[in-house]
Amino acid sequence: MSTLMNGLLTGIAFGFLLQKGRVVRFDKQMGALRLMDMTILKFFFSAILTGMVGVAILHQLGIARPLILPTNIGANIIGGLTFGLGWSIIGYCPGTSLGALGEGRIDALWGILGMLLGAALFAEVYPAVQDSILTWGREGSIRLPEIFGLNDWIVIAIFIAGGLGLFVWLEKKGL
Amino acid sequence: MNDKNNGGWSPYLAGALTGGVIILSALIAGNYFGASTCFVRVSGYIEQLFSPARVEGITYFKWFAPKVDWQVMMVLGILIGSFISSKQDGSFQIKSVPDMWSARFGSSPVKRGAFAFLGGIILMFGARLAGGCPSGYGLGAMVQLAVSGLIVVVCFFAGGILFAQLIYRGGEQR
Repeated sequence: MSTLMNGLLTGIAFGFLLQKGRVVRFDKQMGALRLMDMTILKFFFSAILTGMVGVAILHQLGIARPLILPTNIGANIIGGLTFGLGWSIIGYCPGTSLGALGEGRIDALWGILGMLLGAALFAEVYPAVQDSILTWGREGSIRLPEIFGLNDWIVIAIFIAGGLGLFVWLEKKGL
Repeated sequence: MNDKNNGGWSPYLAGALTGGVIILSALIAGNYFGASTCFVRVSGYIEQLFSPARVEGITYFKWFAPKVDWQVMMVLGILIGSFISSKQDGSFQIKSVPDMWSARFGSSPVKRGAFAFLGGIILMFGARLAGGCPSGYGLGAMVQLAVSGLIVVVCFFAGGILFAQLIYRGGEQR
């Protein structure tokens, strides 16, 4: 199977599940940011916790190679918070905007066009960012197990315990 | 909250199955999830139609060249997968203003479209500065226990929750 075909099938499965979980919807995304309905958080952490276990096994067996996005503390924090501002206005994230369009939400199309423009604008200012924000706290491709001096599985166990605790709490609160 | 499932699946189930898709994609193609990089590639591609020489001179488009790769196809697949799912269970609905938006800001599709466009610009600028979006940092990096994934995901939600409180302060007004 070609790489492109694999990408398409992976996306179809992902989009199908995002829609079934009702995660692509504006009301669900904003519901989470307004702390009223945590559906997207449940979906997101269920995917992460499940993925963590399987991917750790693949890495340890040497079947798949890790690809660790570098830590650039300044850019990570400033970019992350900027994303949050935009997210609270558009109510979709890049992946779910396509999913929202797929279930007929036309407003997502305007959001997608805005995202394309945002990407082009970032490309314009990248040289300036590269010499400033991207140099603040450049730590490279570091992982949690190394900075805490813990075994991978202990870190995963902590995430799972924290995640399950969160799920129980959310259900108890009726969120 | 009221009407939480909307006839959909449990988010825990749909999420865990997505975790399975993440594992399969690492196993079969050696690829990890992400969605914002392909917006750079596609924006470069569109810009190239107007001015190839200009795109040639932009460093960022050298890092992320305008081309169709695994992720572009994956994000396109999200559109198709969501269409199939919504048609299958009857939840597909042509709609230009979300309910929660119109309860707060009115039912004008032009106003909603304009703000979606503006929000999209800000969000993608932030995502590229951070180095990725919830797919890349959550479903890609956090899954691999990257420090960056945890920092960025916390900031996504912290920023989103903070600004959502400000924007929706005062509750429904119409």
